[in-house]
Amino acid sequence: MIAYWTVISARYRMLLQYRAAAIAGVVTQLFWGFLRVMIFDAFYRSSTITQPMSFENVITYVWLGQALLALIPLRPDYEIRNMILKGNVAYELIRPLNLYWLWFSRELANRTAPTTLRSIPIFILSMLFFDLQPPTSLLSAFGFIISIILAIFLSSSISIIVNISLMWTISGEGVSQILPAIVWIFSGIIIPLPLFPDCVQPILNFLPFRGIMDTPFRLYMGHIPPDQLLNVVGHQLIWIVILIAFGRWILNRGLKRLVIQGG
Amino acid sequence: MLNSIKLYFRFLEISLRGQMQYRASFIMQIIGQFFMTFIEFVAIWSLFQRFGSIKGWTLVEVAFFYGLVNVSFALSEVLSRGFDTFAGMVKSGDFDRLLLRPRSTVLQIAGKEFHMRRFGRVLQGAIILVWASIVLNINWTVDKIILVLFSILAGICIFFGLIVLQATLSFWTIESLEIMNTLTYGGAETSHYPLNIYRKWFRRFFTYIIPIAFVNYFPVLVIIGKPDPLGTPSWLGWISPIVGFVFLVVTFRIWNIGVRHYKSTGS
Amino acid sequence: MSYIIVENLVKHFRIAKRKPGLLGAFKGVVHRKFKIIKALDEISFSIEPGELVGFIGPNGAGKSTTVKILAGILIPNSGRCVVMGRIPWKERVANVRNIGVVFGQRTQLWWDLPVIESFELLKEIYRIPNTVYKNNTEELITLLNLMEILNTPVRQLSLGQRMRCDLVASLLHSPSLLFLDEPTIGLDAVSKLAVRDFIERMNKEQGTTIILATHDMDDIETLCKRIILINHGKILHDGPLEKLRVAMSDERQLIVDMIMENYEIDDPDAKVVRRNGHRVYLRFNPNKVSTAELIKRITERHPIRDLFVENPPIEEIIAKVYLEQDKL
Repeated sequence: MIAYWTVISARYRMLLQYRAAAIAGVVTQLFWGFLRVMIFDAFYRSSTITQPMSFENVITYVWLGQALLALIPLRPDYEIRNMILKGNVAYELIRPLNLYWLWFSRELANRTAPTTLRSIPIFILSMLFFDLQPPTSLLSAFGFIISIILAIFLSSSISIIVNISLMWTISGEGVSQILPAIVWIFSGIIIPLPLFPDCVQPILNFLPFRGIMDTPFRLYMGHIPPDQLLNVVGHQLIWIVILIAFGRWILNRGLKRLVIQGG
Repeated sequence: MLNSIKLYFRFLEISLRGQMQYRASFIMQIIGQFFMTFIEFVAIWSLFQRFGSIKGWTLVEVAFFYGLVNVSFALSEVLSRGFDTFAGMVKSGDFDRLLLRPRSTVLQIAGKEFHMRRFGRVLQGAIILVWASIVLNINWTVDKIILVLFSILAGICIFFGLIVLQATLSFWTIESLEIMNTLTYGGAETSHYPLNIYRKWFRRFFTYIIPIAFVNYFPVLVIIGKPDPLGTPSWLGWISPIVGFVFLVVTFRIWNIGVRHYKSTGS
Repeated sequence: MSYIIVENLVKHFRIAKRKPGLLGAFKGVVHRKFKIIKALDEISFSIEPGELVGFIGPNGAGKSTTVKILAGILIPNSGRCVVMGRIPWKERVANVRNIGVVFGQRTQLWWDLPVIESFELLKEIYRIPNTVYKNNTEELITLLNLMEILNTPVRQLSLGQRMRCDLVASLLHSPSLLFLDEPTIGLDAVSKLAVRDFIERMNKEQGTTIILATHDMDDIETLCKRIILINHGKILHDGPLEKLRVAMSDERQLIVDMIMENYEIDDPDAKVVRRNGHRVYLRFNPNKVSTAELIKRITERHPIRDLFVENPPIEEIIAKVYLEQDKL
C-alpha cells in the first residue's frame, strides 16, 4: 500500500513541475470556455422553449468542465506506451508490485496533477468574472467533492484500459483513438448531457462516462438534488468496480499473450 | 520551382510508403478520426433538436459552414505535420541538418511528413458539406464551384500559416505552444458556426487578426445565397478568400525572421 | 586567395537564466536575465585548398560553433568569414551546395529507408546530374565496401556501417569542402581504420579540403599535418603537429585492471598517476622503456585482468600548451 502511495506522490510531484504548460493550458481552457458560453448564449436566445437546464446552469457547467478538463484521459501514458512498444513490460513484472495497481497509481497522479495546476486559476477567474455560480448549498458542495473524488478513480480506471489496450498493437491504436472520443462526448464536456435528446437520456444515464463530469457538476449546481446523492454516487462506484475488474482481466490476458509470444 | 515540386512529391511518396508499413494501425486511426468528428457533429445536431435554430440559422446551413472549415482544416493538418512537430526538431538539433542542404527550409519541413490519418476528418467534412449542399438545394454554377474550391484552398493556407507561426515560435520557446491550439483548433471550431452568432470582440479577432472569416463566413454566405446579418456587401464573399493566400505569404515572412533568429542564437 | 578566411571571429551565446517557481515562470516570459558565454573570442585562421586540418579541443571549446559558422547556419557577432569567396550565412544555399558535413553522433540518412534510397533522395535534394551521381556512387560504394548493405534500412545498420554510409552521403554531390565532426566516435578498431583510410584518400586523390574535428588523438596523428587547437573560444596552437608534440611530450598512459582492489604496482620506469578501484593508471616514457617490455614486466609480476595503452587525454595537452605559452 505504501509503495503505491509513493508511486502516486512521486509522479504527482514530478508532474506538478510542468507549470509553464499549465499556464498555457489555463489560457487555452479560458478560450474554449468563452467559445462554448457564446454558442450556448446564441442558442438560448434563439428559443423560447423551456430547456432541461437553465442558461445560468449551463454557464456553470461549461466553466466547471473547463476547470476540470484534465480529468478526462485524452492520450495514453507516454511512458507506458513506450514501454509496451519496446517490449519492456516484462521488466515491470520483476517488481514485487501488482502491475495493475502500479499503473493505476500512475494514472491517479496523471489525472490529478494537471487538474490541480489548472483548475484553481480557472475556478477563481470564472467565479470572479465569468458567471460561475457557487454551489447551491453546503450539501451540494459536499456531494460535488465526494463525486469528484470518485470521478478521478473512474477516469483512471478508463484511461488505464487505454494503456493496456496498447498491448494489442493494432486494436490498441483504435481503442486509444476511439475511447477518449467517447469519454469526451458522453462525459458532458462538449454539451451538457441533459441537452441531448430525451430518447438517448436512458443510455447516457446508464453509461459510466457521465460519472466523470456530468454527475459532479449537476450535484454542484443542485441540478441533481442532494437527496439523490447516494443513487448517483452508487452509479459511479459500481462502474469503478466493473471497470477495474475488466482492466485487471484484460491486463492478465495481455500479459499471458506477452509470455506466450516471448515479449 | 518545377524541381521543388518534384522533390516535394518525392518526399510525400517516402512518407506515405513509411506509413503504409503500418497499414492496419493507420486505417484504424482514420476510422477513429472519422468516428470522433462524427460524434462531434451529433452533438451539434442534438442542440438543434433542442433549440430549433441559432440566431436564425438552420442545422443544414450551419452544416455547410461546418463541413467547409473541416475540409480545409483537416487538409492543412495533412500537409503541415512537419511544422506541427517542428519544436522537436529544434530541440534535437535536426533542424541544423536541413540548413546544411541547398534547399528551402519550408520545402524540407513540409515534405517531412504527410499526415494521412487526418483524412478521417477530411472525409467527414466532405460528407457533411455534400449533404448540406444537397439539402440546401444549392444551384451549383461554375463560379460557385470555383469559389468553393478557392475557399477551401484559402482555408488550407490560413490554417497552414497558423501552424507555421506556431513552429516559428519554437525558435524562441518550446514551452506553452499549446496556446496556439486556440488559434488552429479554436479557429476551426469557431467557424463551425456562422460568425455572426458571436460577440463583437470575438468576431473582430477572427476577422482582422486571424482572418478565418474571409475564407469561411463571407464566401459561404455567397454560396448558400444568404445576405450577411452583419450587413457586409455580398461581393465581398467572392474575393475575400484572397486574404488566405496573403496570410500564408505573411507567415512565411515571419518564418524567415525566425530562421534568422535561430541562426544568430543557435539555440 | 585562401579557400577559407576567418578573421577576428566572435560569437557570443546568451543563456537564459531560469527562475524557480510559478512566479519565476511568469517573470521569465516578460523579462529574462541572460548569461553571456563567449563561444568564439576573436579567432583567425585561413585554410588553403586541399588541406586536411585537424580541429581539436575539449567539448564546448568552440569547435562546432566554428564549423556551424563556416557552414552558414550560425551568424557570428563580429569578424569576417569567407568560404570559397562567399559569406556563408548570407548565401546559405549557394554555400552548402559545395559543402559536405558528417556528424558522427547523428545520421543524415532516412531512418526507415534502405541506404540506396537515401542516396537517391540526396541526389534530388542536391540536384546532382545523373552522370555525376552514377560515377560518385559507384566509386564511393566500392571504396567503402557498401555493396551488401545498400538495400538494408538505415535503422538496422551497425554504427560502423552507418558511418561509412554517412560518409558516402556527404560526398555524393562532390563537395570541395568536407567537415567531419567526430567521424570515428564509438567505432570499432576495424571501422576506424577504414574511415581514416578513406578520409586520407579523399583528401589526396580528390583534393577535397577537409576539416576534421575530433577528440581522438590517433585520428589526428594519422591524418593531419596541420592542427588547430582551440579552447575557451581561443586558438592555442595553429601549425604542424610536430610543434604540438613538444607539448604533448612522449608520455603514454598504461591503464591496468587488477584482479584485486587497491593493489600496489611498483615499477622503476612507470609512475602511478591515479587509481580507481581495480583500475590503475600508469605513466611511462616509451623512449626509456619499450611498451612491450613494460607490459611484459607488469604481467609477469602482478595479477592483472586487462590492460591497454593510451595517449594522454587532450585536456592534459591543452594544460601543457598553456604552460609552454606562459614560459615564452
